[in-house]
Amino acid sequence: MTLDAVLRVDRAGLDLPLTVEPGEVVVVLGPNGAGKTTALRALAGLLPLQEGHIRLNGQVWDEPPRTFVPAQQRRVGVVFQDYLLFQHMSVLENVAFGLRARGTPRDAARARAMTWLDAVGIGDQARKRPGALSGGQAQRVALARALATEPEVLLLDEPLAALDAGTRLKVRAELARHLRDFPGRTVLVTHDPVDAMALGDRLVVIEDGQVTQTGAPREVARHPRTAYIADLVGLNLLRGKANGTTVTLDTGTTLTTVSANSGSIYVAFPPSAISLHHVRSSEPNTWLATVTGVEQHAHTTRIHLDNGVSADLTPATVADLELNTPLWATVHPESLQTYK
Amino acid sequence: MRKGRLPVVLVVPAVLGLAFLVLPLVGLLARTEWSEFPSRLLSAEVGEALRLSLVCASLATVVCVVLGVPLAWMLARGDIPGRRLVRALVTVPLVLPPVVGGVALLLVLGKRGPVGGLLESWFGVSLPFTTAGVVVAEAFVAMPFLVISVEGALRAADPRAEEAAATLGASRWLTFRRITLPSVMPGVVAGTVLCWARALGEFGATITFAGNFPGETTTMPLAVYLALETDPQAAIVLSVVLLAVSVAVLASLRDRWVGG
Repeated sequence: MTLDAVLRVDRAGLDLPLTVEPGEVVVVLGPNGAGKTTALRALAGLLPLQEGHIRLNGQVWDEPPRTFVPAQQRRVGVVFQDYLLFQHMSVLENVAFGLRARGTPRDAARARAMTWLDAVGIGDQARKRPGALSGGQAQRVALARALATEPEVLLLDEPLAALDAGTRLKVRAELARHLRDFPGRTVLVTHDPVDAMALGDRLVVIEDGQVTQTGAPREVARHPRTAYIADLVGLNLLRGKANGTTVTLDTGTTLTTVSANSGSIYVAFPPSAISLHHVRSSEPNTWLATVTGVEQHAHTTRIHLDNGVSADLTPATVADLELNTPLWATVHPESLQTYK
Repeated sequence: MRKGRLPVVLVVPAVLGLAFLVLPLVGLLARTEWSEFPSRLLSAEVGEALRLSLVCASLATVVCVVLGVPLAWMLARGDIPGRRLVRALVTVPLVLPPVVGGVALLLVLGKRGPVGGLLESWFGVSLPFTTAGVVVAEAFVAMPFLVISVEGALRAADPRAEEAAATLGASRWLTFRRITLPSVMPGVVAGTVLCWARALGEFGATITFAGNFPGETTTMPLAVYLALETDPQAAIVLSVVLLAVSVAVLASLRDRWVGG
């Protein structure tokens, strides 16, 4: 019953193994250009694989060079990034289209479409054209259209990216509810860590077409393993070799940690855990750092230091610092998380 | 925009050019005897040519739509080998002198031609010098206008809407009917009007392939040409009708062609 896929497309440099259980929501998270949309198009049947396979319930959807089942013969539902609603049809006809295409008689298709529009909360918009809808409403129509055919696999491409911040919060909560109720397998691709954490049962992080980390959202958020993920979840990430409570970083600096480890290890800590001083303190975990950039966020100032480390300070603290000279950075051992 | 006097070297030829294009039409309208116009329009030979022209141009347009829209789709969407060559071949009748088209049709569809011979022996049908021949000649010359127009609209339409339809289980034919065609309808309508106007004005291919038999193959342009020596006023009346049709076509397509 599992969706079992190995997606390889050379052109996009994509090499992505993927399994999705019924009822599970797998989020493929990655930066723009990582191959997320290519992966989704391959699953949908809009792009043939060059190598690998896509299988569902022992049925082969794609296995080059022998088998390729085109999109219209796969039981998939797709929510496209810009929804791709049919502009010349009413909202109701949009949602009924998939049912009609699969042979449901007109009246039955319209009745089922109406049920789905009510389920996503926009039954009152059924007669309108898609052009007359707000972004949030259009997103709901796209979801209803994809779900109406009761697909085995639901694919969502950046489903919330086109929405403004206010609408996004509400639509995200609704989408999470619909995805929980959906009995099939869901693959959602996004570059937004908030969407990924809120909607996914499991994350698959891809960078340059390759998987760099997988796991439950909590696990990925707490224990990032690449600079990209660490940046997404707002942590500083360093690598080093542990010997007891001492970690020698790749840069040569040594840090003292609370827990004892051995061998190659990740060290993560929040930017707010760093303090910066003009004079060297006697604290452990102090090193000389150069400021490479300064960014003002809402109420904090983010100072970028060499070696990819960031520090979040209050504007008042920053005012007391001379940023053009090297500064002593200190981080408390209790703030350091270590993991293999 | 920069203000100041327009340079004379540009203004003089521009005005001459405009006069060159407009004056003949003004002259045509000035020479028309408007009091006789309605009776002339309803006279036997003018009415006959008018009726024949409308019927043949409309039939030719139907042929062009039925064959040309799928051809445009193949060019825009089909993964066919040598697509550029096919597109070039489709465009040939657009630049070919129509009389050459007529000769070519005669050689292929004439009694001794490879296709014409088969039509004759299998169905007893002969196209040259018949009303059906007029339709064939007009369709040959007018179809590229439709194909080019529809293909342009298809290329401008977002093919991802068709992908969305495919993921919803729609076959390519259903997708074409319900998604693609409605979205390119303005292009199809414009192409059809253009095609019909071209068919209506067709002269060279028609007279070569279908000859000139009043009531059977003498369409308006042929009648104008013939009447010019025997009955100039009839020629003028027919010319005014053709001019009116051209203006009407232009007006109906103004958003597409005369914008800005």
